[in-house]
Amino acid sequence: MTTHAEGPTSQRLSAGVQLILRVLNHFPPYRWTHARLLKWGVTGRTLVIAVPYLWLMLFFLVPFIIVLKIAFSETQIAMPPYQPLIQWLGEKTVSLTINFGNFLFLLEDNLYWKAFLNSLKVAGISTFFCLLIGYPMAYAIARADSTKRNILLMMVILPFWTSFLLRVYAWIGILKNNGLINNFLLWTGVIDQPIVMLQTDFAIYIGIVYSYLPFMILPLYSNLEKMDLTLLEAAQDLGCGPFKAFMKITLPLSMSGILAGSMLVFIPAVGEFVIPTLLGGPEALMIGKVLWTEFFNNRDWPVASAVAIALLIFLVVPIVYFQRLQARETGVGVHR
Amino acid sequence: MSRKVPLFRLSVLVFGFAFLYIPILSLIVYSFNKSRLVTVWAGFSTEWYGRLFENEQILGAAWLSLKIAAINASGAVILGTLAGLALARFGQFRGRTILSSMTTAPLVMPEVITGLSLLLLFVAMEQLFGWPAGRGVTTITIAHMTFTMAYVTVIVQSRLATMDDSLEEAAMDLGARPAKVFFLITLPIIAPALLSGWLLAFTISLDDLVIASFVAGPGSSTLPMVIFSKVRLGVSPDINALASIMVLLVTIGVVVAGFLMSRQEKARQRDMQMAIAANQ
Repeated sequence: MTTHAEGPTSQRLSAGVQLILRVLNHFPPYRWTHARLLKWGVTGRTLVIAVPYLWLMLFFLVPFIIVLKIAFSETQIAMPPYQPLIQWLGEKTVSLTINFGNFLFLLEDNLYWKAFLNSLKVAGISTFFCLLIGYPMAYAIARADSTKRNILLMMVILPFWTSFLLRVYAWIGILKNNGLINNFLLWTGVIDQPIVMLQTDFAIYIGIVYSYLPFMILPLYSNLEKMDLTLLEAAQDLGCGPFKAFMKITLPLSMSGILAGSMLVFIPAVGEFVIPTLLGGPEALMIGKVLWTEFFNNRDWPVASAVAIALLIFLVVPIVYFQRLQARETGVGVHR
Repeated sequence: MSRKVPLFRLSVLVFGFAFLYIPILSLIVYSFNKSRLVTVWAGFSTEWYGRLFENEQILGAAWLSLKIAAINASGAVILGTLAGLALARFGQFRGRTILSSMTTAPLVMPEVITGLSLLLLFVAMEQLFGWPAGRGVTTITIAHMTFTMAYVTVIVQSRLATMDDSLEEAAMDLGARPAKVFFLITLPIIAPALLSGWLLAFTISLDDLVIASFVAGPGSSTLPMVIFSKVRLGVSPDINALASIMVLLVTIGVVVAGFLMSRQEKARQRDMQMAIAANQ
């Protein structure tokens, strides 16, 4: 390949696009639609906004309204297994039944409370350990030679591209009674009875920390990498020790990265289903698992919807907070 | 900065990467195990790979998953590019806040909630309009497009935010219409970002168990659903073989993509330097 290989290629690409545009411009249906849309005041700009907007409205926002509706309806044995809220009862009569029973049921039954609190606890502790492992890693990568940095970063991302389910599955083989760790410890004679690790809360923590670690490292890395290192040099020149410089400069400056990473781990971890199901014991109470059981095993759609709404209420504050952070991060380049 | 890597940083990296990679390596090593008991070594064998390729159920599910992932990724790239373009280039417009919230919320929304809400939508739509009739490939694809487009939007938006827009402005000044500017200038420049967005949307879709389980119908079991039902019953060596193949394919893909992208980036920088040099 010559050094100029790239230039002509991109020119050829542009020529191809140009040709397509030219052909399209002379294509009668295209011209007709174009003229029609312009006449109605629909410009390209409106279309660019409208298409994703309407898509997300229909498939992201409207579903929540339906969940809310079903959370207030009564269970019945039919398909779909809930009663409509609004019914025509013959002429001129509409009945609106709002059933708070599902939410009262959640409040009365201790199981749901425990599941909610336990999920928050598990997610919180896992987020903490993700930060504990992820922060030093992100730091070490951000301060590595620029030639090695990309390779190290790719090594963080690589596990993320391989199947999440299979990576959780790998831990079954490692943690079970005749798994890797126990076999190794038995072989070295450290223990003479296998330690029960699978189907415990410990296994759930390992699973969550392991699966979500890249989500913690990536925002931290991009934050630490952008940091102005002259600040640290200045601190050093003024007689500040490395530890103090870290606590006073690096840590406060990386706070937005810490928060973004923590949200990316904490919020999905609260509703996690796969990890507690595969690694946790049958008594492991996580709200995602409870929702799944209500829906698939008990076929109680209204109670499952009520659980979803309650979970959403718990998470609405962190989600909105995450969006603020995200908007600030990506909003830097907004102009015009 | 000293050239020697401090011991602390080195040990952090070694420990961290060991934690990330030992489980994956153990999957690969035991896929060559003769014994059915996955973690008891009984000699080298490629038997489980053979068994895997005889398993019609897994092969069928894998094919279905690949099809859904490809359609999903293409749709998500189109929708995500439009949303990213609107958010990064159109300044303030009515509904900007809502659009930006709707594109970031799916990133963190617990999957059980997304899955349940979409299923309830599809059931309600079927009752009202008769579409989609039943659940299957179509509903899984729509569900995946909705939450993977959020990832594409973030990628495109941040790429556009860091991109120098003087080229676009120059083209506008020279009288090119916005659509033409987009196709001739913006699109070729953000093409690598679109490629990574496509790959990300593809892998997320290929990997999704929870949302697919909610919106799938009878006869449309995707690969993760088949794996999950097998894994729930305990470890099985053919799943290890499947995992090894997937790790191999992904590694090749990521390494090749990374190589191509870095080469293109270098060429682009060289082109820009040459352009600057020519102007002087």
